[in-house]
Amino acid sequence: MNPVQDLIKNLADEHGRSRANLLPILQGVVEQEKYLSELSMIEIARELNLSAADVYGTATFYSFLEHKKMGTYLIRVCKTITCAMKGKNQILFAIEDMLKIGLGETTSDGKFSLLQTNCLGWCHKAPAMLINDEVYTDLTPESVREILTEYLKK
Amino acid sequence: MVAHSYQLKRADFIFKNENDWERILDKMLKRPTRELINELMSSELKGRGGAGFPTGLKWKLTAEDPSDTKFVICNADEGEPGTFKDREILTKVPYKVLMAMAVCGYVIGSNQGYIYLRGEYKFLVPELNKVIQEFEYYCKQIGHDFSIKIFLGSGAYICGEETALFESMEGKRGEPRNKPPYPSSNGYMGKATVVNNVETLAHTFTIFKYGAKKFYDLGVQYSRGSKLFSVSGDTPKPGIYELELGMSLQDFVNEFGDGDTKAVQVGGASGFLVPRKRFEKTTIGYRGKLTGISLPTGGSMMLFNSSRSMYNVLDNYLEFFREESCGQCTPCRVGCQQLHFGIKAVKRGDKPAQYLDKLLKLTETMQLTAKCGLGQSVANSFSSIVENFREEMIY
Amino acid sequence: MSNTIHVTINGIALEVEKGKTILDAANQAGMIIPTLCFHKDLCIAGNCRVCVVEVSGQKRLAAACATPCEEEMEIQTNSLKVRNSRKHIIELLLSEHNADCTKCYKNGNCELQELASEYKIMTQDFLRLAPMKNYTIDQFSPSIIKDDSKCIRCQRCVRTCAELQGVNALTVAYKGDEMKIASFFEKAMNDVVCTNCGQCVNHCPTGALVERNYIEEVWDAISDPDKHVVVQTAPAVRVGLGEEMGMEVGSRVTGKMVSALKRLGFNAVLDTDFTADLTIIEEGTELLNRLKKALKEKDNSVKLPMATSCSPGWIKYIEHMYPEFLEHLSTCKSPQQMFGALVKTYYAKARKIDPENIVSVSIMPCTAKKFEANRPEMHDSGYRDVDYVLTTRELAIMIKQAGIDFKKLPDEKFDRLMGESTGAGVIFGATGGVMEAALRTAYELVTGREVPFENLNITPVRGMEGVRQATIKIENPLTQWDFLDGVELKCAVAHGLVNAQKVMDEVKSGTSQYHFIEVMACPGGCLGGGGQPIPTSPEIREKRMEAIYAEDAGMPLRKSHENPEILKIYQDFLGEPLGLKSHHLLHTKYIGRDRL
Repeated sequence: MNPVQDLIKNLADEHGRSRANLLPILQGVVEQEKYLSELSMIEIARELNLSAADVYGTATFYSFLEHKKMGTYLIRVCKTITCAMKGKNQILFAIEDMLKIGLGETTSDGKFSLLQTNCLGWCHKAPAMLINDEVYTDLTPESVREILTEYLKK
Repeated sequence: MVAHSYQLKRADFIFKNENDWERILDKMLKRPTRELINELMSSELKGRGGAGFPTGLKWKLTAEDPSDTKFVICNADEGEPGTFKDREILTKVPYKVLMAMAVCGYVIGSNQGYIYLRGEYKFLVPELNKVIQEFEYYCKQIGHDFSIKIFLGSGAYICGEETALFESMEGKRGEPRNKPPYPSSNGYMGKATVVNNVETLAHTFTIFKYGAKKFYDLGVQYSRGSKLFSVSGDTPKPGIYELELGMSLQDFVNEFGDGDTKAVQVGGASGFLVPRKRFEKTTIGYRGKLTGISLPTGGSMMLFNSSRSMYNVLDNYLEFFREESCGQCTPCRVGCQQLHFGIKAVKRGDKPAQYLDKLLKLTETMQLTAKCGLGQSVANSFSSIVENFREEMIY
Repeated sequence: MSNTIHVTINGIALEVEKGKTILDAANQAGMIIPTLCFHKDLCIAGNCRVCVVEVSGQKRLAAACATPCEEEMEIQTNSLKVRNSRKHIIELLLSEHNADCTKCYKNGNCELQELASEYKIMTQDFLRLAPMKNYTIDQFSPSIIKDDSKCIRCQRCVRTCAELQGVNALTVAYKGDEMKIASFFEKAMNDVVCTNCGQCVNHCPTGALVERNYIEEVWDAISDPDKHVVVQTAPAVRVGLGEEMGMEVGSRVTGKMVSALKRLGFNAVLDTDFTADLTIIEEGTELLNRLKKALKEKDNSVKLPMATSCSPGWIKYIEHMYPEFLEHLSTCKSPQQMFGALVKTYYAKARKIDPENIVSVSIMPCTAKKFEANRPEMHDSGYRDVDYVLTTRELAIMIKQAGIDFKKLPDEKFDRLMGESTGAGVIFGATGGVMEAALRTAYELVTGREVPFENLNITPVRGMEGVRQATIKIENPLTQWDFLDGVELKCAVAHGLVNAQKVMDEVKSGTSQYHFIEVMACPGGCLGGGGQPIPTSPEIREKRMEAIYAEDAGMPLRKSHENPEILKIYQDFLGEPLGLKSHHLLHTKYIGRDRL
C-alpha cells in the first residue's frame, strides 16, 4: 500500500467512517502531506463511501484544505483590515524578496509556499502571519527576515 | 436633546482567576434546572458573539425540546475582523467555558459538548485538550456525565454562523441552512442544540458564581453586564478590555483614541462605521431606547485616524465578504461581487458617483433577502461608510 | 389539535394544511410566485431567493419555498419591496450569467430568460461579471455539455445527481465568488462517474447543462441522396413528444410522430419497440437458462439475480459503482443497439441496401443512449450500429424547423420490417415495463398458459414506488421446465439510480432473494428520461405513464412472442434465441470503471 493510503486508513480508523468525520480526516492528511492530492481524495472517498466529487466539493470550501501541492512550510500572511493598515504589503515584499517567490508560489526546493489569508485574529498585534500552525505577530520586514532565516536553517 | 451621563467603566470578571470552579459546578448541578434558567434570564445576558439573542431563553427553548439527544456547542470560530477575545478566554480561563458548557448540558439535558475552534487557532488544541481531560475527569468523579470534544474548523468565516457550523461539523460545506427550523429543535445532527459564543459561556460562569444581580447591575437598560472589547487599529493601546455596556462611543474614543480618531468600526466588518460627528450620539449596547443610536457588537472596535482612507477600508471589507460568502445565495454571492467591483469602478471613474446610490439600494436588497446574517449585514459597513465618506469613494 | 392554519395572501384569507410552505399556500390560492432553485423532484434549497415574499411583522423578506406557513401569517407576494428585491436578484443573476440568449441552445426554454422577460429587465446597470470569470465549457461527453457561463448556481443539478441518482458526479465546489458546480477536480464529465443519464439536463433551469445535439448531422444525412436514413423511435418518445409540440401532458402521439418523421425525410420510420420485443425473447431465454443452470444443474457459478440491461445509464452506473457485479447483467444489448446491429445486417440484406450507405438514427428519451451508441464495442454490424441519437427534444426542434404543424398531422403507421411491435414493447417506456413484458412471455413459455393477471396487467410491478417487489409462483409447468414447479419467481423493480443502489446493496450484502431485477436509471423509467421534454415532475411522469399503459391496452398484440415480425426474424435470420447470430449481434460485454 502507498503511504497516503496507509495514512488515510489510519485516520479513518481513528476518527470513524461516517460523513461527520470527513473534516478531521481531511485535516489529518493536510497536516502530513501539506495538501490533498487527487489520490488522497479518491482514497478518502473510498474509505468513507462518498463520491470523490463530494470530497472535492467539501475540501475546496475550506481555505486551509489546500488541494495544490504546497511546500513544507506554508506561510499565510493575514490581509484583513488591521494587518493591511499596519504594513502587510511590506511583509509580503520582504518574504517575496527573500524567498524569490510570488503569492501562490512554492520555492523550487519545495520548502516554502506563500499565501494570503483572511483575518487571523491578531489585529491588536498586526501584522500577523502563520507558518504552518505557528503564529507570528507584530511583524516588521526585519523580524520576518529573522524568522525566515531560522526556518531556512531547518 | 442629547445627553450622555455614562462614563467608561472597566470590569474584571472574565479574566479573574477563580480557583473554585469545582465547587461552583457542584453547587449548580444540585440546583433545579428551572432555577438556573431563571437566574440566566433575570441577568438579561445576551449572546456575546454579536447577534445578541437572550442566552437564558436559548437554554430554555432547548431544554423544552422533547428530543432525547441534545448537544452543547461552544462557538469558538472567532472570525470577525477585529475580534480576538475568544482566543484569550480559551487561553487564560478555559475552565470557565467548560464549566458553563457542563451546566448548560445539565440544564438542557445533554451529555455531549463540542468546541468548534477555528483552524487559525489550532495551536491552542494541545493545551485545551489537557484542560478538557482534567475537567472530564472531575465530572466523572462527581458522577456528572459530560464530555467535550474539540472540532477544528479549516478556514471559513461563515462557519461561525450557527447552522453553517452544524453543516461543517457534519462533514459538509459550511452553507447556512434555512431557518426555521431553529437550532433549539433542529441543530447539530438534526438534534436540539445550544450554540453559545465563548464569551457568553464565560459570563454565565460569573452569573452562576455571583448571582444574576451582580451581572444585571452592570451596564444599562437593555444592555446589562460587561463585555469584552477587542481594540485595534489606530490606538496607542490595542488589546482586550472588559467594559460595562452602555458607554458612549465618545467615551470610548477618549480612552482609546490616538487624539485624531476619524471613525470607529463597531462590530467588525459586518458592523457599522461610525464617523467622528456621531461619536457622542452612539451608544455601545443592544437595541434599546438610549440616547442616540445603539449598536450591538461582538466586541470588535477598530479605530481609524485621519490618515486612513475609508475607500481602502471598505475595499478591504468587501474583498473579505466576496471571498468569505459561502456563495450559495444570489444576493450575497453576486451582491458582494457587485459591491466590491462597483466601488472600484466608481473610484476609477468608470462609473459615475451616482452609481453608489444604486449600490446602496442593492445593499438594501441584500439585507432583505440574503439567506443568513453574512449577506444581510454587508449593508451595515457599506452604507455607513458610503453615506459618511462619499467624497472618498469618488474619483 | 387542528391540522390546518389560517393565513392571508395578498389579503385573501386561506386555510392551509399544517407544514405547508408559503409557496404551497400561494399555489393553492392560484397565485404564482417565481422560483428558480425550487424543483418538485428535489429537496428545498432556498438559495436563489427569487421567491421572496413579505410577511407582516418581519423585517426581512422570506423565501416562500423554504418558509412554512404559520397561524395568522399575512403574506404579500407582490409588494413594492418584493418586486424591487426580485428585480435586483434577477439582475444579479444576469450579471454573472452569459446572457447572450440568441446564441443559446436553451433560447426560448430557459427559466432565467423567462423571468427576465417577465420583469422586463431592459438594462444592465450592474457590472457585467461574466466576462471577468474564467468560465469553461465541457464538451467532451457525447451526451452532455456543461457550460459554466450559463450556470446560476441553483444547485438543482447537484441535488438531482445526489437525491434522484445517488451518483454525486456533480458537486458544489469552492466558496464566495468562486463557488461553482464542478465534477471531481473539474475533470471532464466524460472522465468521471457520470452515467450520462441527463437528469441534470432535465432539471437545469438554464443552458448550463444541455444534451449534445446532433440535429445538423442528421439533417445532413437526410439531404444526402446517397444515404438511406433509417430512424427508430423509443417507446417513451410517443408519450412525451406532444408536450414539446404544445399538446397536453400525457398525449399519445404515435401516429403523428410517425407522420412527422416521414415528412422530415427519413427513408424508413421504424420502431424500437420491435427490438424491445426481441429483447424479451433473448433476455427471457437467458433468464430461463440461468434458472435452469442454477436450479436444475445446481451450477453455483450462475449469477442470480439477473439484471436487465436496457438502460445505458444503469449500465454505466453499475460499471462504476458495482464493477464486481457485472456478470449479473443480462448480456442482451439494449433495444436501441439491437436495432442498430440488425438495421445494417438483416434490414440491409432484406432491402438490398449496402449497409455502408445506411445512416441509422434513433429518437430516444435519453441522453445516455448517445454515449451507448458511441461505445467502441457497438460495431457488431461491421459499422457503427447507431450513427446518431436524438432526444425527444431534438426531434421536436427538427419538426419545428421543418415547419410542420404537428397537431394537424394525420396518424400514420410505422414502415414494415422492424416496425411491428406489441404492447409488451411499448411498456418498456415505463418503470416495471420490461419486467412485465418479460413475465408475460416467460410465464407462458414455461407453463403454456397466460400470466395469471387480469388482462395481462401485472399490476404489482407497476407504479411509482422507488423499489417494488413481486413474486410469481410457477405451477404445473410444461415438462421441459418441471424443475420450476412450485418455484416462486422473485422479482424487483427499481427506477432512479438512488433506488438501484438500494437493490444492489441487498445483492451485495447477500440478503437478496431475487431471481430477476429490472433497473431503469431515470425516475419513472424512460418516460422520465433525461432526453424527455422539460419540465418534469412527479405529476407529469404519472401522466406519461398512464399514456404508456393506455397505448399497451390498445394494442392488438400484447406479448412479445406473438409479434409476427419477431417470429419471422428468427425464421429468416437469427435462427434461435441465444443462437450464434444472436450472440454476435444482440449481446454484449461490460467493463469495470473507476469511481471518480
